[in-house]
Amino acid sequence: MTTHLKRWWPLGLLVVLVTAPYSTLSLPGLLDGPLGSPGSLQLIALCLVYGGLATGYDLLLGRTGLLSFGHALYFATGLYATDLAMLEFGLGFVPAAVFGIACSIALALLLGSVSLKVTGIGFSMVTLAFAQAGAILVQRNPGGLTGGEEGRSAPAEHLPDALIGIQNTANLYWIAVLYLVVTLAVVHWTVSSPTGRVWAGIRENERRVEVLGLRPYGFKLVAFTVSGGLAGAGGVVYLLLTGGATPQAASSDATLALLVMVVLGGSGTRWGPLLGGVLYTWAAHRLGDLANSASIAELPSVLRVPLSQPLFLLGTLFVAVVYLLPGGLAKLPARLRAGRAARAAKVSVTAVPEGAA
Amino acid sequence: MNTVVLLACTGLGLGALYFLVASGLSLIFGLMDVLNFAHGALLSIGAYAAWWAATDGGMGFWLAVPFGTAVGTAASVLLELALIRPLYSRPRDQILATVGVGLALPALIMGIWGADARPFPQPEALSGTVRLLGATVPVNRFVLMAAALIVLVLLRLFLAKTRYGLIVRAGVEDRAMVTALGIDVRKAFTLVFAIGGAAASLGGALAGLYFGSINPGQGTGLLIFAFVVVVMGGMGSVTGAAVASVGVGLVQQFANYYTAAGLGDLSVVVLLAVLLLVKPRGLTGRLA
Repeated sequence: MTTHLKRWWPLGLLVVLVTAPYSTLSLPGLLDGPLGSPGSLQLIALCLVYGGLATGYDLLLGRTGLLSFGHALYFATGLYATDLAMLEFGLGFVPAAVFGIACSIALALLLGSVSLKVTGIGFSMVTLAFAQAGAILVQRNPGGLTGGEEGRSAPAEHLPDALIGIQNTANLYWIAVLYLVVTLAVVHWTVSSPTGRVWAGIRENERRVEVLGLRPYGFKLVAFTVSGGLAGAGGVVYLLLTGGATPQAASSDATLALLVMVVLGGSGTRWGPLLGGVLYTWAAHRLGDLANSASIAELPSVLRVPLSQPLFLLGTLFVAVVYLLPGGLAKLPARLRAGRAARAAKVSVTAVPEGAA
Repeated sequence: MNTVVLLACTGLGLGALYFLVASGLSLIFGLMDVLNFAHGALLSIGAYAAWWAATDGGMGFWLAVPFGTAVGTAASVLLELALIRPLYSRPRDQILATVGVGLALPALIMGIWGADARPFPQPEALSGTVRLLGATVPVNRFVLMAAALIVLVLLRLFLAKTRYGLIVRAGVEDRAMVTALGIDVRKAFTLVFAIGGAAASLGGALAGLYFGSINPGQGTGLLIFAFVVVVMGGMGSVTGAAVASVGVGLVQQFANYYTAAGLGDLSVVVLLAVLLLVKPRGLTGRLA
């Protein structure tokens, strides 16, 4: 029974997620409205999209051992390319989404082939520099394309009717669930493929992979491109959810947020990045509400100032997790078990001499 | 000609700012393998401490800059002792911890002093302009260049002439060997962090002079170009960082002026990509 439970719980969770829009269950403290209300669905969908993005990012960080600081670039490419394909070329949503994802994959392939020429921290810095170039480009609004600080909102006339309006939030939510499932499937499938085994080898010891006669460069490029494509798809879903493209999506803070999510949840684990992404996004939204609430405004400034800055709280939380919970939340049950086992072993060791005496 | 001189001076001033940030980053990375994402936050601390001292603190500019530098140095030593030191055995977690600090500190500054840019008080002696080869150049560009030059010379002297400088240089080459010879590299770690923090916070105080105002996001914005400089110069090399920062500052200014605005920032990144393709180990050939 318990083994069945262990095996099939993701499916049960999926059923719960898919049927959530029909529920009127209210979760006070966690969500403002009942589960099926548009506001709650919107927030949960956003959490799921970030969960998927973090899972895709972990393909680099946790599975291949590549610390990329430029992942937001591919997310923003999917976001902006889809939006601009609809706005400027007048494409329908589906061709525009395909175009957006194709752009992300092409850009990841191009920039990945350059940045993977360097290894280690050099790679991190080069990806950061490319992402920064992208962020600057979006901010500077070349030819009025990206809309600068304001961003561009998605054109309602090119979107299917079923995806517009607050009454159709459930459809967007299901798309977010679909994105998450696809991302989890792609990551699971690639990681357990022969290529995925080489990725694990590269993560553990790249030199040894070379000695075995394999060229890590090609394998790393595959990981980078797949991860970039998943980020681009996330950008498309994000465009639908938020109804537009804004330059914050391209900023280095967006990549750092993904990094925080992955590490918070547990990098290199199947469910950790998802958990981290959901928790981080939910916390960022709830802390934002908390910052504007009346109960905070009445506190003395020593407490009010830090509490009114979600990024400060999340940054501090992140440092605490790095310190106290290496391996993230996903490793917490195993750590607790190990701690209990160690305590039990200690007790039995001290108990034996007493019994002997 | 006038424009060229002005652009060159502005570019060199910007390069000087990059050098102040990048020199510490480069040394910290070279010795400790820590990519310090909190370096931009240290710069912001220096800038805000100097600004606070010059406005609310009632100190003059000449006292405010050392005050800002001292606060930034203290903050970096604290960062090293409290956060980096317990994580010596986990190099990647060190980087992650600095990422957390780099997110939290600017947010805290934003919470205390607001997100808007604050005008930085300009002292009389430095607010004027100088005529150079027919161009009118603001004095503060030369202040930055002088500060960067002094820091460069002091760092070179420290590395070449002192015992600790020797340990740092040896540590950059081969940390395991230095430890094996019975030298406690940890003291050198704290020292290098203090030097890096001092240079960055001095840069922060002088950035207020250069840009005329300070804002919480300034440090992080400069940090990314400092990273580019560190990679180009070869990690762990102070001289390489100096050469690369001059190059980056000049390219950025000239490209921004002669082509579309913003293209200068892009051209720096393209330059980095080209350099890495031709010389994957950076200008000085160190391991990148």
